[in-house]
Amino acid sequence: MSTMVATNKRSFGSTLWDYLTTVDHKKIAIMYLIAGGFFFIVGGLEALAIRWQLVKPMNDFVSAGLYNELITMHGTTMIFLAAMPLIFAFMNAVVPLQIGARDVAFPFLNSLGFWLFLFGGILLNVGWITGGAADAGWTAYAPLSIISPGEGVDYYVLGLQISGAGTLIGGINFLVTIVNMRAPGMTYMRMPLFTWTAFVASALILFAFPALTVGLFLMMFDRLFGSGFFDPNMGGNAVIWQHLFWIFGHPEVYILALPAFGIFSEIISTFSKKRLFGYSAMVFATVLIGFLGFMVWAHHMFTVGMGPAANSIFAVATMAIAIPTGIKIFNWLFTLWGGNITINTAMLYSLGFIPTFTMGGMTGVMVAAASADYQYHDSYFVVAHFHYVIVGGVVFALFAATHYWWPKMFGKILNETLGKITFWLFFIGFHMTFFIQHFLGLMGMPRRYWVYLEDQNLDLGNAISTVGAFLMGLGTIVLLYNVVITSVKGEKVGPDPWDARTLEWAIPSPPPFYNFKQLPLIRGLDPLWIEKTEGRSGMTPAEPIGDIHMPNNSILPFVMSLGFFIAGFGFIYQKYDAIWLSLIFIGMGIALGAMLTRSIKDDLGYHIHKEDLEKEAKE
Amino acid sequence: MADKNSVHPAQLDYEKQKRKEEMKQQVITFALMIIFTIIAFSMVASGLDKLFVIPIIVVLAAVQVGFQLYYFMHMSHKGHEMPAFMFYGGVFAAFLCIIALGVLVWW
Repeated sequence: MSTMVATNKRSFGSTLWDYLTTVDHKKIAIMYLIAGGFFFIVGGLEALAIRWQLVKPMNDFVSAGLYNELITMHGTTMIFLAAMPLIFAFMNAVVPLQIGARDVAFPFLNSLGFWLFLFGGILLNVGWITGGAADAGWTAYAPLSIISPGEGVDYYVLGLQISGAGTLIGGINFLVTIVNMRAPGMTYMRMPLFTWTAFVASALILFAFPALTVGLFLMMFDRLFGSGFFDPNMGGNAVIWQHLFWIFGHPEVYILALPAFGIFSEIISTFSKKRLFGYSAMVFATVLIGFLGFMVWAHHMFTVGMGPAANSIFAVATMAIAIPTGIKIFNWLFTLWGGNITINTAMLYSLGFIPTFTMGGMTGVMVAAASADYQYHDSYFVVAHFHYVIVGGVVFALFAATHYWWPKMFGKILNETLGKITFWLFFIGFHMTFFIQHFLGLMGMPRRYWVYLEDQNLDLGNAISTVGAFLMGLGTIVLLYNVVITSVKGEKVGPDPWDARTLEWAIPSPPPFYNFKQLPLIRGLDPLWIEKTEGRSGMTPAEPIGDIHMPNNSILPFVMSLGFFIAGFGFIYQKYDAIWLSLIFIGMGIALGAMLTRSIKDDLGYHIHKEDLEKEAKE
Repeated sequence: MADKNSVHPAQLDYEKQKRKEEMKQQVITFALMIIFTIIAFSMVASGLDKLFVIPIIVVLAAVQVGFQLYYFMHMSHKGHEMPAFMFYGGVFAAFLCIIALGVLVWW
């Protein structure tokens, strides 16, 4: 009995301590959701400021310098601090449940990954209050990023380095979890598509993030320690940064997009009451996209001057990605075809996603044509293209997943009416903002300029675009209100409110902290659906009730991340005064001390006893 | 499931045979690796043309990595498919990057 955790009626302090020390994948998922949601709002406010500056010609809402900071931090925040953690939120919440595991393979590392991301994200944003955030664009191209004055870009380098380490740890954790911790009978070709896409995305993280790490280290040495990796005067080469950044950056697009595809596959299949059409083709397409994703990075650099041969190779490889993506689009349509379709908020996002993402893919093939790209490059056409892909693909997926998995994570269904209002505001606002930007780009409006002149036919388009952006903001406010009102007034729902197909819906909502009392026996794809069609209400257990081994909570991941955070300031400010070196020693001392503690102190976890589980079942 | 203490004698013989075979392979690979290393060092010492020496050393190194993985780290055994797949995935990604950076930036 002593090992059971009392979950009701706890003081605020003990709840806070519980979350600071937790290694439970479901609580880490909630923390990723909150932190990612916070940064999503920060990035959104930056976007609104950008659009307000561009609402009329020669506007002076912000200065040119602040505008540079806004666009840089908008891109960086949205990709690294909003989209990635929100994807990780759903991977944490759902993947262990979908494969029938009691937790991820390395619960301690899971917690460490989260805290590294959060402290990295905070470090990145500290620049705002210490005299200027990063201002060299989210791609931080050398030599601009090397000569950019102040500490803005230093915060970018150190912040991304720390949060990137967290992401890498998270990716490795999910790889090991999915390879080793599947329930009996859960073969690779029985895994739900969200798990498959999480698996491939984790492999991409493993192979892509080291390139970013190397690039950031080189930039850190160039900026802080006087090296010249990107400085031609010292024998360096500025283009190396672009290569390293995009070797990471292009797979990053698929790290975000693949789990989004997985989310839509789950939702479309559940609400069409059909198994996913062409499951094996979907898996094949996912793996193929992951594979091709590593051979196309230079399509971001067609105008650098790599020569016609290199441009053609990368153009053809890029266009090849349209094939597996097309396979996916058609499979979703065929899953819908003849299905018993329920239209709710999650499904609305999925249906809105298909045409939106297809348009993003279309313009993708256009910009992949190297010769034509000389026209599109660095114009608003490209801005429109990648927002169609990232917002139309990833953000729609995250909103859909929020509605779809909210009952599993919190035991309550988000209000459907408010959800539909959010969808329509966001969907219409999105297309208003970005569709017109294709034409602004084709008319020659360049990317990243803080003002434009009157009477160049750009006025009306920009005004429409700004109105759309504010509609998206309104939609997000309705979503936040929805979350609050549901948490306060929403009614509790059962384990399976959607009559769904996969394993996570076989256990209570929210799940108990050990997930599965007995590991389930998996008899095919969509395991819960199989049991339901044969008249059983739950999964058949694969083992008798026994003691469950659980990991202990630990504050060490938090302490370690705090150490790196402190050391980050030391690395940045030592360029002014050697006294700041002391912060490096203090910070690294804390981090290494926490690592040492973790290494030499045995932490064997604890057991939930069989008797307690049986007693709980009777209550 | 058979009890571990009462394995069939034929099974035992088979496993013994297999282990012996493996041991033999490991000794051969070990000897080969030493020979490769001697070749590499003596080629550098003999002062041959760089353009000739470097590719051969790289090839020898690659073969040695293969020996290490397959004969000493048992990557050929059952249950190592996923590590092998991940390994080759990483090699593939790294190879692409190095070759492209080499060709595009420094050539």
